[in-house]
Amino acid sequence: MSDFVSHFFASHLSVLPVLLPLFTAATLLLMGDGGGQASHGGAKLRYSRLLSLTSALIGALLAWKLMSNASTGTLSVYPLGGWSAPFGIVLVVDRLSAMMLALTWTIAVPVLWYATGGWDSHGRYFHALFHFQLMGLSGAFVTGDLFNLFVFFEVLLIASYVLLVHGHGRERFKVGLHYVVLNLVASALFLIGLAVIYGVAGTLNMADLAIRVAQLAPQEASLFKAGALLLLVVFGLKAAIVPLYMWLPGTYAAASAPVAALFAIMTKVGVYSIIRVHAGILGESAGHAALAAEPWLLPVALTTTVLGVFGALASHSLSRLVSYLTVASVGTILAAVGLFTPAAMSAALYYMVHSTLVIAALFLLVELVASQRGDIGDRLQPSTPVAQPIMLGLMTLLGAASVAGLPPLPGFLGKLMVLQSAAATPAQGWVWAVVLSAGFLTLIGLARAGSILFWQVLPINNQMSNSGGSWRLTSATLGLLGLSLVLATGASPLKRYTDAAAVQLADHTGYAQAVLGPVGGAAAQTTRPYRGGEGDVKLPPQGDKP
Amino acid sequence: MEFLVATGIGAVTASGIYLVLRGRTWPVVIGLSLLGYAVNLFIFAMGRLWQDAAPILTATGQVADPLPQALVLTAIVIGFATTGFVIELALRSRHESGTDHVDGFEPSSTTPNAVEDVK
Repeated sequence: MSDFVSHFFASHLSVLPVLLPLFTAATLLLMGDGGGQASHGGAKLRYSRLLSLTSALIGALLAWKLMSNASTGTLSVYPLGGWSAPFGIVLVVDRLSAMMLALTWTIAVPVLWYATGGWDSHGRYFHALFHFQLMGLSGAFVTGDLFNLFVFFEVLLIASYVLLVHGHGRERFKVGLHYVVLNLVASALFLIGLAVIYGVAGTLNMADLAIRVAQLAPQEASLFKAGALLLLVVFGLKAAIVPLYMWLPGTYAAASAPVAALFAIMTKVGVYSIIRVHAGILGESAGHAALAAEPWLLPVALTTTVLGVFGALASHSLSRLVSYLTVASVGTILAAVGLFTPAAMSAALYYMVHSTLVIAALFLLVELVASQRGDIGDRLQPSTPVAQPIMLGLMTLLGAASVAGLPPLPGFLGKLMVLQSAAATPAQGWVWAVVLSAGFLTLIGLARAGSILFWQVLPINNQMSNSGGSWRLTSATLGLLGLSLVLATGASPLKRYTDAAAVQLADHTGYAQAVLGPVGGAAAQTTRPYRGGEGDVKLPPQGDKP
Repeated sequence: MEFLVATGIGAVTASGIYLVLRGRTWPVVIGLSLLGYAVNLFIFAMGRLWQDAAPILTATGQVADPLPQALVLTAIVIGFATTGFVIELALRSRHESGTDHVDGFEPSSTTPNAVEDVK
């Protein structure tokens, strides 16, 4: 029996982070939902919370197990339905995917814990949608196929559309409509880009594409580049880079706190996809189409950081400020990606882990602060003092110091790595100037916000309700902020991991050998792009059946 | 055939983009679905255009590339679901804000009809 279980886990572990939330969400849907405030404290809601939290914990354990497997350098390839790549669909877990999975599920647990503090009863099926979103996120990170990336994008987006308007309100529906329409247009562009790539290369499997693109003639390669740059636009919209970030501040500020915290990982899906396509497939060995994004990515990313920080300085509410900090952090990550060296990639991955954690924590903190300030909420105007000034003040200080990059917090280490990797490259001056001044200006913006929130207080007005946050809400936020401290102490193993991940990402032949088996690498044969009628149809020799 | 298909896709895309840029939710929804049709046809055409060829691999005879057809099928299903959702959302937004303008207020009125006092 235990043999069977261990064998089952060994062979199917890669697909479980996708299947687990799917079945959990389906069960939660079948359990039903009383809906709205009426269900608050009801038995159904209690069972949903229990199931949802248990499932998230199991998912986190699975993701950590996958990450420890991947840290040895093995690529686990899971052919869905037993069909081998490149014709079948495969899931591939390498170091990068496993790290993103672990990050997603690590954030999901405290965020879900926060949501059980009340937000989940403000609308219907919160837990089911949350798990559908987790399924989309996990799927996008493990898929080894560009079309499946599109499918999982849609899964996570549809869940995010509904989560965004969770709790209702006019503002949410207004930004919700903008968000949905923008993303649907982006999906159309995504498909056009995929179709161009398929038309030229005849495959959408990432490992196969990395081989095919090197064999393209110059004319075909430029078409391929056009397709890949269309994908850059699409991923750039998800990741919120200039000039496609306009939707983000309004959307994230309007979303409820746990949803905004989960959305912190959603911008990183865009970053992850840019890394996969533009550093993974179109690396230096990609022939005529090599490094198609190089002239664009770095300038755009640096502009994003600058505009994000200016936005943060100009914000008149705390939630908008944090949203703009999301934009600025994405800019910093992509600036490192845009240098296209393994050291810079490692820095980008480290900074991505840090910024996702700290921004998720800040979104939760925003609501804790806002709910204790009466009618003013999170607007940056003097109001009555918060009920827990010391705790919230210290939490804000910790979050602010980390996001601005003060030592010894992980934000500082991440920025230091970015600066180090930019040294001695032609872009050094620009990267150093932008990253350093962005950190300084972020600190000014957050210091201004903090002093208004905690120091410029009005005399207490008895008519305003002023009670502290429940322990569930504070413990969830503290938990996420605490992870930031863990990241500072555990910086060395994580740095080793991201270094290895960056090296693995650049190793195309290893990836192709693992995914395509004997068909991959130098022995690769293809009938694609398929031009039937020109001679006999030749199928590549079948890989060994699993 | 190539010219006809290409201009057809171009015309549908152009109409779709024009409609997506309109200010009312209904034309935007129609524009999104037109754009979806154009994209589906485009994926289909990327498998090359064929006559009298089935997308099933046989020992003899011409066969068309089956993969774009599978891709289109998936894209159609997803497009259908998202269109359904965006219609529902547009109706709800109309109900919440009292106007079907995508910005949530009539452009003629000088102030948004809702002061953000909800939060």
